[in-house]
Amino acid sequence: MAGEGVTEEATGSSTKRPGAARRFGRVGDLALRVSAGLVLLFLFAPIFVIVLFSFNKPKGKFNLTWNEFSLDAWADPFRYPQLTKAMGNSLEIAALSTVVSVALGSFVAIALVRQRFVGRDTLDTFLVLPLTAAEVVMGASLLTLFLDLGWNRGFGTIVLAHIGFQLSFVALTVRARVRGHDWTIEDASMDLGANPRRTFWKITLPLIMPGIIAAAMLSFALSLDDFIITFFNAGSTSTYPLYVNAAVKNGLPPQVNVLATAILLISLVFLGIGGLRNRRAVE
Amino acid sequence: MAGTAGSGRRTAKWVPYAMIAPTLAFLLVFFVVPIFTLFKTSLSVNSGSLFVPELKFDWEWANYAAAFDEYRDQIFRSFWYALAATVIMIAMAYPLAYVLAFKAGRWKNLMLGMVILPFFVTFLVRTIAWKTILADDGVVVDVLGAIHLLPADGRLLSTPWAVIGGLVYNFLPFMVLPIYVSLEKIDPRLIEASKDLYSSAGRGFRKVILPLSMPGVLAGSLLCFIPASGDFINAEYLGSTRTTMLGTVIQKQFLVVKDYPTAAAMSFVLMAIILVMVIAYTRALGTEDLV
Repeated sequence: MAGEGVTEEATGSSTKRPGAARRFGRVGDLALRVSAGLVLLFLFAPIFVIVLFSFNKPKGKFNLTWNEFSLDAWADPFRYPQLTKAMGNSLEIAALSTVVSVALGSFVAIALVRQRFVGRDTLDTFLVLPLTAAEVVMGASLLTLFLDLGWNRGFGTIVLAHIGFQLSFVALTVRARVRGHDWTIEDASMDLGANPRRTFWKITLPLIMPGIIAAAMLSFALSLDDFIITFFNAGSTSTYPLYVNAAVKNGLPPQVNVLATAILLISLVFLGIGGLRNRRAVE
Repeated sequence: MAGTAGSGRRTAKWVPYAMIAPTLAFLLVFFVVPIFTLFKTSLSVNSGSLFVPELKFDWEWANYAAAFDEYRDQIFRSFWYALAATVIMIAMAYPLAYVLAFKAGRWKNLMLGMVILPFFVTFLVRTIAWKTILADDGVVVDVLGAIHLLPADGRLLSTPWAVIGGLVYNFLPFMVLPIYVSLEKIDPRLIEASKDLYSSAGRGFRKVILPLSMPGVLAGSLLCFIPASGDFINAEYLGSTRTTMLGTVIQKQFLVVKDYPTAAAMSFVLMAIILVMVIAYTRALGTEDLV
């Protein structure tokens, strides 16, 4: 079948002049690169605006149109106590939920890659569900649970909700990173007399550590960024995105942009460190 | 020696179960049980007041009929917007993923970094930035207006296209990455082989590259369509009252109106549709392309 298709095509293309094909190829190549660049620009445009507007001195309360360059907001990023408090909550929630989900999720990843057990494939599918469920449904269903249990929503329920969506994420990200490793050195370690526990701490864990660090960084970012699920389960607790949503009607101060830019810069530093470490590991 | 018997030979049978147990327990309580409480809520009646709702479970299927009846527009609109956004995302993501996989050379890591960069700036703040970009007195409106590409009222904000564009923006990286991964996995020898057999670049693309990248396109579509259909941020910030979506209604009914049963019924319908899609997908293609 496939062979037939190829021969048919070969005769089809041999009638074309190669020069024309090459010329089209060059134009096509350029078009391809230009469109890729435009898509990157599209992804980048709002970030540029956010960074730019952190240097804006808005005329009124709304920081939506450009007025005048100023460093005021950068000089005083914590001017609004509610915003600062919300940011603090966000960081605390992200740290707590990331620690728990990385600890629990990494074990699942190791089990998925290294162990044979009943229900492995079902677990695999099951883990994907929270990852692909629409956030609004996750948030709403958790809300009905908390309503049913009569729990007050607040800091604790936000942490639980975040762990809920991070767990699968950690398990599957770490799994993806560890799948390609050569695990025979685990056997070698045990052949050389190490017990399973020692093998785990000395061999298995160091091998999957880059995967765990990557999963932790992304989980932290996911938690910091989450609006929808948090919105449903926050009660009166505020987080950075919740503050932004509540404040937007009355006008956002440029400090919001300053904090967003700061998060971006810190992430870039971490990514840079990760990249350098990777490069060193390869060399 | 038993050394070749394979891995995990010296770990006890219960070990993997102990490793997965905490996560399973957590997800059982905070993911599976909520699906049941959601279902239960969707079949309850509110016997209290609107301010202090008191729910009683009563197999109230009428909630579903009522939700469908009242919010048919939003349900239809959500899926239409999500579908339109997904198609546009495929068209935008594919060339970028292709360049990343085959043409980026030493720029590859930088470009990949740019694709995931938006993840590190708060979703909500990015959407608000689009408000600035698409504003009535902004550059984009000026340019599009000058070449007569805008509708009569000359606005971009508050139109369905602004909402769809916002959805495209928010989920595009989730389309680019799986397509890129599936393209990169293609064995270059296959492409060589198609050239050796006198296939033109176009034919080689259609017969070799495109089919082999389909799993990535499908994974990306799943990862983008689902959150897009449940999103309400873009509709809220970039749209108008005529662009409200399913998520808008669920959120308003739960958190503002506190009509829990109707909201739960709508959420459950969305959840059921998603579950069917995801399970069908994983049964057919596995979970590998999704992460």
